[in-house]
Amino acid sequence: MDIKAKVTELIVEELGVEASEVTLEASFIEDLGADSLDTVELIMKFEEEFDLDIADADAEGLTTVGKAIEYLEKHLN
Amino acid sequence: MSIKYYAKISGTGMCVPDKVLTNFDLEKIVDTTDEWIRTRTGMSERHIASENEAASDLTYKASLKAIKAARIRTKDIDMIIVATISGDYPFPSTACVLQQKLGLKGFPAFDISAGCTGWIYASNIAKQYIENGIAKNILVIGVEILTKITNWKDRGTCILFGDGAGATIISRAKPKDISRFIDSELSADGTQYDLLIQKAGGSRIPASKESVEENLHTVYMEGNKIFKNAVRSMYSACDIILKRNYLDVHSIDWLITHQANMRIIQALGKKLKIDEKKVIVNIEKYGNTSSATIPMALDEAIRDGKIQHGDLVLMASFGAGLTSGSLLLRI
Repeated sequence: MDIKAKVTELIVEELGVEASEVTLEASFIEDLGADSLDTVELIMKFEEEFDLDIADADAEGLTTVGKAIEYLEKHLN
Repeated sequence: MSIKYYAKISGTGMCVPDKVLTNFDLEKIVDTTDEWIRTRTGMSERHIASENEAASDLTYKASLKAIKAARIRTKDIDMIIVATISGDYPFPSTACVLQQKLGLKGFPAFDISAGCTGWIYASNIAKQYIENGIAKNILVIGVEILTKITNWKDRGTCILFGDGAGATIISRAKPKDISRFIDSELSADGTQYDLLIQKAGGSRIPASKESVEENLHTVYMEGNKIFKNAVRSMYSACDIILKRNYLDVHSIDWLITHQANMRIIQALGKKLKIDEKKVIVNIEKYGNTSSATIPMALDEAIRDGKIQHGDLVLMASFGAGLTSGSLLLRI
């Protein structure tokens, strides 16, 4: 599974941004205009799509697109 | 347990304080904006109690309307259950204060503490007492004056709450009645009791000068964690009850969820794949009135002619505890 492509697709859908804006360095809140509830909804979306549980303590650290992809790649393989 | 009778909701009523607090009023109290509140909660205004207004006052007015709607006499009531976490006093129960206000005595009256799921818990208890034949007309109320235990310095929570009461009469249904409670599902996850809590005022941290100074008598909430739990637990409560009754979500006429946050209601609706038009929402006018949201929304939807006699209604709630639950009934 191409995790990066799927994550980008979910972010585009959830936050209503352009795929080109979803760079690895992009911060959900600072760059992609997410509010605190958007980030929770996004984490829930990841959990559903990838069928895994992301602990609250881990979720707090997933502030950028790159960090989210890195976390998912590590926990899915 | 064998069911001798079926229970039904025979009447509803609600009451909110006259005083309205808008988002613009809140802009003057904490660092927030109308736009911020609306996009994150769906709320525009909420009603707040005056200095001398307490839970039993709203409860009394809502009860009279429910009694009238149920077409019973006040003396026909044979049990009172009040769901609240902000009653008149730590003790006695608000149900007993209400009993006195209604001029009644000589039958059980008690409060239930299940946070925002309170009315779902209370009506489930009432349902058992009707089904086993012990009671015939139970007054079940969700009431909250949360604005008196709100931390007005915390802009994350003080914008959320409003005051109000929703009353219902739960009665024995006649054999030919199509109105009835069909099923219910209650749950709790005590491992997360500290996510939504009033820390002081009980035996753990009794009231003291320090507890007041540290604002420990007000609502403390970890919003993001609650958000996730809310969507998950309400979805699960709905899913269980639908599957157990071989029902598809499309066969439900109306969904009434706890009105905590518009974003939670939307996330749940999306997950359930229910038609948006079937979801009852009144959060913009009243905010989160905790245990009162569901009976208030039910009363308003019935009086507006939205929910009709015979409609199949699914209700779901979650709250401090963390409690959660659902109800399936025909109105």
